[in-house]
Amino acid sequence: MTEYSADLHIHTVLSPCGSLDMAPKTIVNKAKEKHLDIIGITDHNHTGHCRVVSEIASQHQLFVLCGAEVTTREDAHCLAFFPSFALLNNFQLLLDKTLRRVTNKPELFGHQVIVNREEEILQEIEPLLISATTLSVDELEAEVHRRGGLFIPAHVNRSAYSLTSQLGFVPPSINADALEISKHITKEQFRCDNPALNKFSLIRSSDAHFPEDIGAVNTRFSIKEPSFEEIRKALHREDGRAVL
Amino acid sequence: MKVAELAEKQEMKIVSGHQGLSRIIEGGYACDLLSDVMGNAVEGQVWITLQTHKNIMAIASLKELAAVILVKGLQPDEDTKKQSDEEGIPILTTQGEAFETAGKIYRLLQEQTG
Repeated sequence: MTEYSADLHIHTVLSPCGSLDMAPKTIVNKAKEKHLDIIGITDHNHTGHCRVVSEIASQHQLFVLCGAEVTTREDAHCLAFFPSFALLNNFQLLLDKTLRRVTNKPELFGHQVIVNREEEILQEIEPLLISATTLSVDELEAEVHRRGGLFIPAHVNRSAYSLTSQLGFVPPSINADALEISKHITKEQFRCDNPALNKFSLIRSSDAHFPEDIGAVNTRFSIKEPSFEEIRKALHREDGRAVL
Repeated sequence: MKVAELAEKQEMKIVSGHQGLSRIIEGGYACDLLSDVMGNAVEGQVWITLQTHKNIMAIASLKELAAVILVKGLQPDEDTKKQSDEEGIPILTTQGEAFETAGKIYRLLQEQTG
């Protein structure tokens, strides 16, 4: 097994709150600078930048886990990742169908643009991406797993937009592949505060909205190679793979 | 006022937890952030919310609430209903929104206490 460093929660310029500097090429360069081997692209309720970041990253020995940060109808943020572009695109159709239709006001929330690798704007997304979908946490979990994806409730230690804030506590029965904690708490502290959640692997990520935040904290995987399946195995502590 | 009486007066539907219908209502709390309800709701209150996840019953039980009222015609999840039956804390549903539901219950409680 080899040790790889990952930051699985990064926003791009597509998220209205994401900095305009978060262009695909910048994200890849910054990730390399921070010695990351794996990054997760997780814009709010949209997967539109995963492919372009993956394409650029593949030329720099950087693996991209493709997904989104989905807002459930309880206003809880959850990360969803998919093993192929076909499944990712299929999930995008579900997002299009279930995101509540509120039109973005760029002057209030920021621009939501999809760009190419030369940073030319290809498309501006109209519905406000930070609004919520109509999917409950449990419905989202089922939809993600039906598509072979990974379901990871985001920044569960935080007092806003987390399972903890919205539903009072992380339901120990939740069918999550892992739980994400933010840079505001250490794994040791979280484990100590939440003995009922010991069965879940923990990932720690930056939730970067600005280039300088990328890799602020990371997750270390002991796996054979950076791939979706190897990461899945590590999260479930299978075949000697592990989250360190 | 008992939960059964409230349900009857306000034409709310009793979905589950029937064995708790004689619980006495001491007041009410309206909030959709479960972390806040856990911290601030008080024993004997009815809780007005749009949340339907089974965690609402864990919190209702922890805080010994009289009943949970789901607004806007929302229905509890299956496992939420099951837990309501197990805990004996009724779930009532109304077509009304939280604002008007809270207003009506507040008035009823005021009338009763004079």
